Amino acid sequence: MQVMAQGSAKTVFRRTDVLKDCPTHYCPGCGHGIAHRLVAEVIDELGIQDRTIGIAPVGCAVLMYNYLDVDMIEVAHGRAPAVATGMKRTNPDKIIFSYQGDGDLAAIGTAEIIHAAHRAERITVVFINNAVFGMTGGQMAPTTVLGQVTTTTPAGRQSDGQGFPLQISEILALLPGAVYVERCALSSVPRIQQTKAAIKHAFQLQIEGAKGLSLVEVLSPCPTYWRMSPSDAMKWIESHMSKAFPIGRLKG
Amino acid sequence: MEKEADVSERILMCGNEALAEAAVLAGCDAYFGYPITPQNEISAYMAWRMPEEGRVFIQSESELAAINMVFGAAATGKRAMTSSSSPGISLMQEGLSYLAGAELPAVVVNVMRGGPGLGNIAPSQADYFQATRGGGHGDYRTIVLGPASVQEMADCMFLAFDLADQYRMTVMILADGVLGQMMEPVLLERGCQRELPAKDWALTGNKGRPQNIVRSLWLADGALEALNNKLSARYREIQKNEVLCEEYRMDDAEIVTVAYGVAARIVRSAVDRARDEGIPAGLIRPITLWPFPSEQISRAAERFPVFLTVEMSAGQMVEDVQLAVAGKAPVLLYGRPGGGIPTVDEILEKIRQLTIHSGQR
Repeated sequence: MQVMAQGSAKTVFRRTDVLKDCPTHYCPGCGHGIAHRLVAEVIDELGIQDRTIGIAPVGCAVLMYNYLDVDMIEVAHGRAPAVATGMKRTNPDKIIFSYQGDGDLAAIGTAEIIHAAHRAERITVVFINNAVFGMTGGQMAPTTVLGQVTTTTPAGRQSDGQGFPLQISEILALLPGAVYVERCALSSVPRIQQTKAAIKHAFQLQIEGAKGLSLVEVLSPCPTYWRMSPSDAMKWIESHMSKAFPIGRLKG
Repeated sequence: MEKEADVSERILMCGNEALAEAAVLAGCDAYFGYPITPQNEISAYMAWRMPEEGRVFIQSESELAAINMVFGAAATGKRAMTSSSSPGISLMQEGLSYLAGAELPAVVVNVMRGGPGLGNIAPSQADYFQATRGGGHGDYRTIVLGPASVQEMADCMFLAFDLADQYRMTVMILADGVLGQMMEPVLLERGCQRELPAKDWALTGNKGRPQNIVRSLWLADGALEALNNKLSARYREIQKNEVLCEEYRMDDAEIVTVAYGVAARIVRSAVDRARDEGIPAGLIRPITLWPFPSEQISRAAERFPVFLTVEMSAGQMVEDVQLAVAGKAPVLLYGRPGGGIPTVDEILEKIRQLTIHSGQR
């Protein structure tokens, strides 16, 4: 990928070594590709590739181990924080991270993430919130915003009967065992840079032995099931999603 | 599995504690569990004993979490276990299926109680189907050990960790409330050490080697079928090599009782009393419930005896006995479900009744 030229030319952009040189299966405009790259760059920059173990969720990112060149495991839907607990407690010198979507973390895995934070497990969680179940075809997630049309909310999500968007990061920030919680977004270059800084901080805390869980929530576009163009999806994060899920540091 | 030893080397322990201490001696790196009766002595013991050895003990938020903590620790190559009782084991079935798919070694203890539902907390053998059929989804097996004494609770634990590592699968110890609670002298000593394969598949960070991946999702055409076939071949190898069973007074037996666990101990007394009355009764006691000692039972069936299966259930293992006998001889059941424990007198009376069928008078 390196573009070399005579004279003063230098490399300004290259694939990070932690990211494998292969195409992904993600839809056009999906945020997972960006988020994967940010995680990979952070692992590379922190020099922890050979002692990191990653946990792929059930969801669109289930094949994450095909893209990141670190030891990885694929686990049952929602159980990643429990699996991470088993790994970290028996391997305190390893860097353990889970990468989970909103269905995985905020629906079926609510108990596992709450209790991993409650026990102050020294793990890092990258939480991708795209307000929808992607892999199964665009059903309502706990994080689906009010009025959002999904296959299971054809009239748009109504709070009466379908509940309000679940602000799981706010809940986690209340727990003493969560040392760092920040919500970021992939909706613009500055936002992406801030997301990378947050993910890096979350890993750094674990490396330094911080006594608790660090989590970065990432508001991420799903143009396919939002039924928008990729550029409109980025705008919708700012105009709609960030209203239900305010961007910023919640804890630590 | 009984060991010869100086009486002074034996210590008096309850089954649950003997099992827990054997796990520590077997090199268990991590114990994860959620409270449920009648196995709470295991977690109470591990709560002080594991930290004493510098190892991991966690009381999880649920059985779902406990089995997934086992999944995580096992994936890094550590020896990990959990224990529970029937309703909790039901919750773990998701994890057991994933452990099978991901080919991870794990030890799970089920100190059975009565069911279905919340059931009761009385001793039971009602989870035989769930344990031996692979209670979770998909084509898989677990090795199931059925101890019948406090000594065997310990012996089975040493064996369980070795079998799990050798075959990269879950080994379940299927005990019951009686075995868990009763106290007997026990010798805590591991038997023969197996030659175990290196865990080169474990997730330890990819330092100096290519990436390791632990997974159970196989989407490519034929990939999952290939995995299933690989697992099936492994299961056949286990059926060939790992069957354990005790045959008691079987030489000339015309009434063959089949029982496991604590039920087998009661049956053994009934067999002795039947012999005292001149009735040629014997006992086949499966120690491995899967792989099931089908060959031993099939061999016994060649002599055309009458089979009597005694279980603390409404009749589950009896189906395996019927499969092994394959119609060559009658197979009868005496089952006490719902926490009922059969007495020696009850079983003896059944044996007496069967002498009519077997031609003994």
